[in-house]
Amino acid sequence: MRRKVFANLDEVVADIPDGARIMFGGFGGAGFPNNLIRALARKGVRNITAISNNCGTGEGELGLMFKNNQIRHVIASFPGPHAKYFQERYAAKEVTLELVPQGILCERMRAAAAGLQGFYTTVGVGTEVADGKEERVLSDKRCILEMPIHADFAFIKAQKADELGNLTYRLAARNFNPIMAMAAKTTIAEVEEIVPVGSIDPEHVITPAIFVHRIVQAKGLRYAG
Amino acid sequence: MPDKPRLTREQIAQRAAMELPDGAYVNLGWGIPNLIADYLPKGITVYFHSENGILGMGRRAQAGEEDFDQVDAMKVPVTLIPGASFFHQADAHLMTRGGHLDVAVLGGFQVSEKGDLANWKIPGAKGSGGIGGAMDIAAGAQKLIVCMEHTTKEGAPKIVKQCTYPLTGLACVDTIITDLAVIDVKPEGLAVREIAPGWTLEEIQELTGAPLITNGRVSEMNFV
Repeated sequence: MRRKVFANLDEVVADIPDGARIMFGGFGGAGFPNNLIRALARKGVRNITAISNNCGTGEGELGLMFKNNQIRHVIASFPGPHAKYFQERYAAKEVTLELVPQGILCERMRAAAAGLQGFYTTVGVGTEVADGKEERVLSDKRCILEMPIHADFAFIKAQKADELGNLTYRLAARNFNPIMAMAAKTTIAEVEEIVPVGSIDPEHVITPAIFVHRIVQAKGLRYAG
Repeated sequence: MPDKPRLTREQIAQRAAMELPDGAYVNLGWGIPNLIADYLPKGITVYFHSENGILGMGRRAQAGEEDFDQVDAMKVPVTLIPGASFFHQADAHLMTRGGHLDVAVLGGFQVSEKGDLANWKIPGAKGSGGIGGAMDIAAGAQKLIVCMEHTTKEGAPKIVKQCTYPLTGLACVDTIITDLAVIDVKPEGLAVREIAPGWTLEEIQELTGAPLITNGRVSEMNFV
């Protein structure tokens, strides 16, 4: 069996280079890989492209990396009212932003995961989102072409992993995590608990092990706000 | 502008709640729509959808029963009703975009006479702005209701011939519920269905940036 379980957080992010494209799971304070984010911030990487629904809650979630000026470009749907450090860097033009409708963010990642080269959608037609995108009419509807979003790494938070990398999630902490797990070249899962192979009922697996490359156990962190 | 009472935000929500059919799958956006769940008519069950992957949200969690892995799109811990389910964000938006939701209710900055919606960014506002799920929801709901005040704080119409704020979607709004009227967006124009107690159609037209029409009788807004 391939060894996927890492001993600690610093080891699991040790080879992540400057300039990496990284997806970060989480929504509404739930399901954020906060321990992995802190480990990456500690490592001191620079010029990261972050793909994430939002841009942090104060110093929590991605906030710490914006505070440290480690992120250069963001693809996000809703930076958020509490993304203080992102907004400061954005106003200072130290970080660039591509705003994407939330469901289209999901589908562009899923297209990458599924080996699709893009798709047409009515979402965003006639809005700022359509700027510079190919438009055509399909089934009498105006549509724009959306391209896949790829990433070198996905940082995700799950509840439980077996040693092979099969994952389960808890309640609505699932959110973006299973999609990002499928879309990145290397997926790193921060989990509350690691169990032996065979102890998760196959019918209860949400993310199959084929999508998970590294696993690390850490007690989840949550940021209020 | 006539200095007469208008509906409160709660009363707009109360009126909008009456548009939800029993058993419907419904998404509620930020602002006034978020108040609607408190005003469901008795005997009606509605399965509220959250873009982070919940169908069947119940009331907000009370102190002591909060679980911060079970939050709505505004980060508020919620309860579930029997029959609820969890799924990931892509499926949550497959539901919004794919026409699976019976009704969605969003807030609005401007709605045009063609049903274009602007609800995510005020021109000149500080910061990056954020789209969130609004464009997916606007594009896909079977019926899109917008709840908003009829005019801005400065008294400018929010129902206009053409939106001047950044757009959320084109020709997506079916019904507008404001503190002054219930208006259906029809191919022939903005059809007033109901008006607020004590107001006349002429007074409401004065506060509207596009022509209003009526399809027969206009009744008084009912919100109890």
